[in-house]
Amino acid sequence: MPVKSVIEAVREAMQEEMRRDDRVFIMGEDVGQRGGVFLATQGFLEEFGNARIMDTPLAEASIMGIAVGAAFRGLRPIPEVEFADFVWPTVNQLIGEAARVYYGTNGALPVPMVVRIPYGGGIRGGLFHSQNVEAYFCHTPGLKVIAPSNPYDAKGLLKSAIRDNNPVVFLEHKKTYRLVRGEVPDNEYVLPIGKADVKRVGNNVTVVSYGLMVHYCLEAAEALESEGISVEVIDLRTLKPLDTDTILQSVKKTAKLLIVHEANLTCGVGAEVAALVADEAFEYLDGPITRLCGEDIPAMPFAITLEEAYMPNTGKVSEALRKLAAY
Amino acid sequence: MTQSNSTSRDFGGFNEAGNGDHSFGVPEGLIVSDLVNCYRQMVLVRKTDERVWMMNRQGKVPIAASCQGHEAAQLGSLLAAKKDGRCFLFPYYRDLAVKMAAGLTAEQVMLSFMGKQGDPYSGARQFPLQGADLSNKIIQISNVVAAGVTQGVGYAMACRMSKDDTVVLVYLGDGATSQGETHEAMNFAGVHSLPVVFICENNGYAISVPQRQQMAIEDVASRAEGYGFRGLVIDGMDLMASYQATREGVEHARSQGPVLLEMKLERLMPHTSDDDDTRYRGKEELAEIRLRDPLVTFPEYLKSQGFITDPEIEQINNEAQILVNDATDLAESTPPPDASGMLDFVYAP
Repeated sequence: MPVKSVIEAVREAMQEEMRRDDRVFIMGEDVGQRGGVFLATQGFLEEFGNARIMDTPLAEASIMGIAVGAAFRGLRPIPEVEFADFVWPTVNQLIGEAARVYYGTNGALPVPMVVRIPYGGGIRGGLFHSQNVEAYFCHTPGLKVIAPSNPYDAKGLLKSAIRDNNPVVFLEHKKTYRLVRGEVPDNEYVLPIGKADVKRVGNNVTVVSYGLMVHYCLEAAEALESEGISVEVIDLRTLKPLDTDTILQSVKKTAKLLIVHEANLTCGVGAEVAALVADEAFEYLDGPITRLCGEDIPAMPFAITLEEAYMPNTGKVSEALRKLAAY
Repeated sequence: MTQSNSTSRDFGGFNEAGNGDHSFGVPEGLIVSDLVNCYRQMVLVRKTDERVWMMNRQGKVPIAASCQGHEAAQLGSLLAAKKDGRCFLFPYYRDLAVKMAAGLTAEQVMLSFMGKQGDPYSGARQFPLQGADLSNKIIQISNVVAAGVTQGVGYAMACRMSKDDTVVLVYLGDGATSQGETHEAMNFAGVHSLPVVFICENNGYAISVPQRQQMAIEDVASRAEGYGFRGLVIDGMDLMASYQATREGVEHARSQGPVLLEMKLERLMPHTSDDDDTRYRGKEELAEIRLRDPLVTFPEYLKSQGFITDPEIEQINNEAQILVNDATDLAESTPPPDASGMLDFVYAP
């Protein structure tokens, strides 16, 4: 099976869906001639033309609003937000409008749209090129939120997102784009939205994570095996809707739960997972539900020392797992 | 008919719409019955609007935004859209006449304002007449000012991409022109020469804030030049000027690209039923603008031309009254939606 990078998988997913359905089109800053700042749409202009690969004015609010309006007309836009840090001007259209349209029209008007957002830190992006924005969207009914960790999932989930009839926030961790490679089959496949993946089976502790952090969790689990600690690693893949069954099933088996994310601690996805387990699996627990997350500072700092201090990593995950396993 | 040609200004040399002399006769492309029908609609809209306001005061309608004073501009533009037959509408919250002229019945209006079953816009989930009325080619999702402006431009772009020659009429108030999204949307429409007619219903107030605190220019229309398209000031109290400008604007939009029509008009009522406009404008101002009420000037014009008689005016008023009374009775006796539906339609299948 061919081995590909995350960015290649993202590119292939869009290319295949655009060939399959001529209602699908891409709009955003630098997506056309430049092929995207991360080259996600490299070669698209030549294949699909400038009506379907549209370089927009540098104006994020209207990129989103125009995509929403195009979706009203039955097209299936993929608006790209160049960096997650630039998503805020779009929030009126995305949270305020798109998420509420189907409900607010009593089911008359769906908004089939995938908002692609490169996000995340550990790449010396500083405050305005490192943000983790998922929690803001997870709080919004009407949106779906996906954050894959590897090429196989990125491709299968992006294809599903493009076929979905709802506004989907598709978060691509920038550091995984070229760092994370994996097998991607040549044949056509899609993956279901809302299904987590048990990446590693274990018995002593469950660790729930997503995106780049999944890889640190897997490395930590590997390392702890020699210490006799068996760690089950769950990659959420979809943050909204959460795959509650997979989380609960695992915690009922291991009795211990660590949640790891790069985003700030307070009111993050981890808080929701913790509340779910407290509600539904309280009597199975043998230790405190633990979160290893970004500190509550406004955003990831630029200096290497500060950035490293902020980012969870394999060592920090291992430490948290050891502590939890000792209960 | 009241005609204030002094307000007509043309930015970018877009035809002569709105500057013409309508002191007699029927505009090109119309017949007398079109104008009489517009008057019939105008009366029905006004009586519906007044009833909604009254029901608010009775505690039966939670919120109302009146279109009184905007009828001529709205009905004139809708007449043009109907004559064209290939227009899609993105109105805003003060566009009752747009919505009724597009096909919404008085009964549906009353159901919507009272939050009852049968509200065609949102199933009574939203503020009255917000959501979508797709059978009448209308989308108006929210109260967030200018959000629909970008969406309307996106809709127009999608029409073009789908090889559909629809022209989108995007309605906005003067306050909405201060929003960044309006700028972005007009810029985008200009860049791509999209088939959009922007209709700014400029009543001089954004709730309480007057135009001089809203912008440093006299005419919103003058902004069009900065986006590379044409802007025109119209007397929005003049139905035929509004019709003619929209008719030409739609043709221009379809063949060449966007147009901004600024319809200068008056808001005869407070911003909404929750507002008290005596806090920011004087009684003299209100008395003066009431002289220009289209419900007064338009029938006067029709009479002066011999298009309608006093008994016919009376009959039209009586018929509208009966329609509004029946609509009110029906809405009052209709239940609100069942609470069991609250969780429906969060996600599309």
